[in-house]
Amino acid sequence: MTDLTKLTIAEALKGLKGKEFSSVELTNAYVEQMQSHRNLNAYVLETPEKALEQAKISDEKYKNGTNGALEGIPLGVKDLFCTKGIRTTACSHILDGFVPEYESTVTQKLLDAGASFLGKLNMDEFAMGGSNETSYYGPVVNPWSKDKSLVAGGSSGGSAAAVAANICAAATGTDTGGSIRQPSAFCGVTGIKPTYGRCSRYGIMAFASSLDQAGPIAKDVRDCAILLKAMSGYDNKDSTSAKVDVPDFEKFLGQDVKGMKIGIPAEYRPEGLNAEIAAVWDKGIEMLKARGAEIVNISLPHTKYALATYYIIAPAEASSNLARYDGLRYGLRVPGEHLDNMYINSRSEGFGREVKRRIMIGTYVLSAGYYDAYYLKAQKVRRLIRDDFMKAFEKCDVILTPTAPTPAFPIGDKSMQENPINMYLNDVFTVSISLAGLPAMSLPAGLSAEGLPLGLQVIGKAFDEGAVFKTASALEEDIKFVRK
Amino acid sequence: MAGYIIETKENKWEVICGLEIHCQIISKSKMFSGASTVFGADANEHVSFVDAGMPGMLPVLNEKCVHQAVKTGLGLNAKINKYSQFSRKNYFYADLPQGYQITQFQYPIVGEGKVLINLEDGTTKEIGIERMHIEQDAGKSIHDIDPKKTFIDLNRAGVGLMEIVTKPDFRSPEEAGAFLRKLRSIVRYLETCDGNMDEGSMRCDVNVSVRKVGEEGYRTRCEMKNVNSVKFVMAAIENEAKRHVEVYENGGKIEQETRQFDPLTGQTKVMRKKEFAHDYRYFPEPDLPPLVLTDEYIEDIRKEMVELPDAKKARFIKDMGLTPYDADILCENKEVAAFFEKAAQGSDGKKVANWIMGDFFAMLKARHLELEQSPIKPENIGKLVNLINSNVISGNIGKEVFQIMAETGEEPEKIVEERGLKQVTDTGAIEAIVDQVIADNPDNVAAYKAGKTALAGWFVGQVMKASKGKANPGIVNKMIAEKLK
Amino acid sequence: MAIDTETVKRVAFLSRLRVDEDKIVETEEEFNKILNWVEQLNEVDTDNVEPLVSVNQTNLEWRQDVVNDGEKAEEVLKNAPMSEFGYFVVPKVVE
Repeated sequence: MTDLTKLTIAEALKGLKGKEFSSVELTNAYVEQMQSHRNLNAYVLETPEKALEQAKISDEKYKNGTNGALEGIPLGVKDLFCTKGIRTTACSHILDGFVPEYESTVTQKLLDAGASFLGKLNMDEFAMGGSNETSYYGPVVNPWSKDKSLVAGGSSGGSAAAVAANICAAATGTDTGGSIRQPSAFCGVTGIKPTYGRCSRYGIMAFASSLDQAGPIAKDVRDCAILLKAMSGYDNKDSTSAKVDVPDFEKFLGQDVKGMKIGIPAEYRPEGLNAEIAAVWDKGIEMLKARGAEIVNISLPHTKYALATYYIIAPAEASSNLARYDGLRYGLRVPGEHLDNMYINSRSEGFGREVKRRIMIGTYVLSAGYYDAYYLKAQKVRRLIRDDFMKAFEKCDVILTPTAPTPAFPIGDKSMQENPINMYLNDVFTVSISLAGLPAMSLPAGLSAEGLPLGLQVIGKAFDEGAVFKTASALEEDIKFVRK
Repeated sequence: MAGYIIETKENKWEVICGLEIHCQIISKSKMFSGASTVFGADANEHVSFVDAGMPGMLPVLNEKCVHQAVKTGLGLNAKINKYSQFSRKNYFYADLPQGYQITQFQYPIVGEGKVLINLEDGTTKEIGIERMHIEQDAGKSIHDIDPKKTFIDLNRAGVGLMEIVTKPDFRSPEEAGAFLRKLRSIVRYLETCDGNMDEGSMRCDVNVSVRKVGEEGYRTRCEMKNVNSVKFVMAAIENEAKRHVEVYENGGKIEQETRQFDPLTGQTKVMRKKEFAHDYRYFPEPDLPPLVLTDEYIEDIRKEMVELPDAKKARFIKDMGLTPYDADILCENKEVAAFFEKAAQGSDGKKVANWIMGDFFAMLKARHLELEQSPIKPENIGKLVNLINSNVISGNIGKEVFQIMAETGEEPEKIVEERGLKQVTDTGAIEAIVDQVIADNPDNVAAYKAGKTALAGWFVGQVMKASKGKANPGIVNKMIAEKLK
Repeated sequence: MAIDTETVKRVAFLSRLRVDEDKIVETEEEFNKILNWVEQLNEVDTDNVEPLVSVNQTNLEWRQDVVNDGEKAEEVLKNAPMSEFGYFVVPKVVE
């Protein structure tokens, strides 16, 4: 039998339906892989028994024909999603031993579709980071690492690495400023951050509420389409979730891109752009052109301010969202004589350095006397950034850019450790999309000279993931990226 | 109303006061979760994961709270803002599970309004409403179970509140007291808040400053938090204003600070200086899109508005001939007003009002009864007044009949009939008694005729006594005067 | 707007985080670096620009006033580091 873990979800579903193998067999194959790849540090909690239990039920469902859309598919879950009865920590010390009594809407939808969960995946602490190095459980190792261990990207580093290493069929991720797309690019997998409001945020630990969105990381574009359909939909438990229909995203795959207008923003080609990345981008442009798409030069003039805007808004919201972690009702409590001592002790020990840094920056930009200069200003620039996209989309259907400015870098990179801003610069191509709330997908577009994956990003109009899937599937077909 | 002035040897000072009142919204479930608002459950029984600030939990707005706020806003003659926004107020406290309170800051749901207050001298004064917003309540910290521990109950965390902020329009404790009574009356009429200050469903923060009469602008104010009765609010204003005057007259300076009112001593003491105050870091709540109301929504609520105390008072004065003072008393409480209206139907409003405010309230008080437990049906009070007005019984017999009504709950006609209490208006029968009394008391007749006319009352009393009170006193009076001429 | 030591301490307390004395200067420098960087926004003309509060302009959906949650004290308290008699318990609160 071929290695079952190399199958895409679409292929595996076909095999399961055709009784070529059972869900238990498929799950066992993944469990084995998962256990033999612990060196990657992709999982922070393995739940093979739960996955197998579910697999048995799935096999029954295939027998009696009541199988769901993802029946018997073993997935990994980013540790930011609350999973009922399964420890959930956001990879933070402050949530030591926290076992939610509730299930996030997204994971519930996946369970309802028949998927099973192999475990909880590593991530940057509270999704704050771009290299998975802020995790309390240590960094994830990029499966593409050669002699030196490379980062998997972040914050959904565990998710991207696990998908790349075939230790889950696909994984959930979340994206606040690039946390699905950048690790997908680093690990040579495909991930989509849908439009803000497409997936419910209920049960996902909040980092920056106005930016956070869940989405899938998978082996290819089709799997992303299958998963996103299962994960999406209005949820009356999330007031920011959108009441819009969820199309069958798969139907856009393979559609002709002839006549589509592809926007190429000048601002994404700054002086000194990594030549390999520029080359991959140009190749992508040529491929679409060859298929009859029209290439349109566009301008997103406020792009250069996106990072600064993001690094005001996201920490501000985070400083408030993370106030609930106070050692009182759950998680880590470090005793103190009085209540304030207990708060300070618990939070100082429970949060890692980057999280503390962002909480304090966020507290500062919201504090009396500084709100207008920082937070309000950032909200105004945020509008300008979104308006840039709205104007650009009057001239094009999708926008094509690189996903990240570099391929994966080594774990413990000095320049990034010493200056947080260098780490923040990783998000340069992804944050403005988050600020504008738009859908964007990263797909592998080639390898660097060193053999590391590089990603391209396809950005769509709000709630027009269809055009993103259509474009990405055409590119995928032409790029012929070879997965691990 | 004559000004409330604090006079010292050198100066005349006036009081400037504004109030912030938190009113607990009447709703079945909490403002952002489906947990119950019912009071008195076991600890943490009425708590959802949202209320407990569990990770990943999100608020979903309860329509009822919006409805109640709009209704209250209309009752305060205020502008309803079709666009409002929720904000987070950030601070750490044991009973604030999220580490922030969801409230409204820059864009409240209700804007400026006005409320008429009724003063004791029968005049009214307009008090400006600055704004009203909605927000969630915190939980409860219990400090007295254990000397080293604080216990937290989140049953109240997330219950909806309306915070009403007045303009600094109060110039005396009496005005503030009158406002609180009026506000309580309005929210009770509207059934948007039960208005019970002693149970904490209405809580008041008081801002006080003073200035010399004739001075422009405001001096530094102090805030007293959570003063929980009308009486205490009035005492807090009085004492705090005196303190300010004293400090100023001794050449001192008033610091802007938060103070606590001690109900036992009536004095205020400092809680925290403003400079160390929290920095609440308000910002728009990203979990809730702005709240946008349609004209239709607001109009539908306007249609369900009941007649409010001011309108009712005006009607009682105009249609029933009540004095403003009596109308005020009867209108403060919706149930009392309804009782009165029922009683006055087909009867004499003015006299019915006197009966209700006199004997009836006294009877309830003596028997420790609430209005709804009254043994006397309202229409029977009207009937009783009619019996007196039509001379079927005398006023004195009326009092007797009333007591029997209170004991038996029977109709007054039945009582009068069965017990033979009907007033005697038959002049023949009365004349016989009068003649008898005159015949029996020749000495007094002589004295009367000799000029001691004050004895007329004695003769009337004797006749009334002999008739067991049933003789019509008017007729008796006239007849005595005739016969002794 | 440069941050000073006092501000670092104040922000740390507002955040209920401890910054050790020997780390204050370092934190101060780091903050100033980040704040200087984000201050590039001052270059942007935002006169007459409304702040963006809600990115996808959804209407606020509300729920009806129905009691359908709560009555789960046990689950609510399950993860509590300390609880007694159905209450969460913390060290004494001092005003």
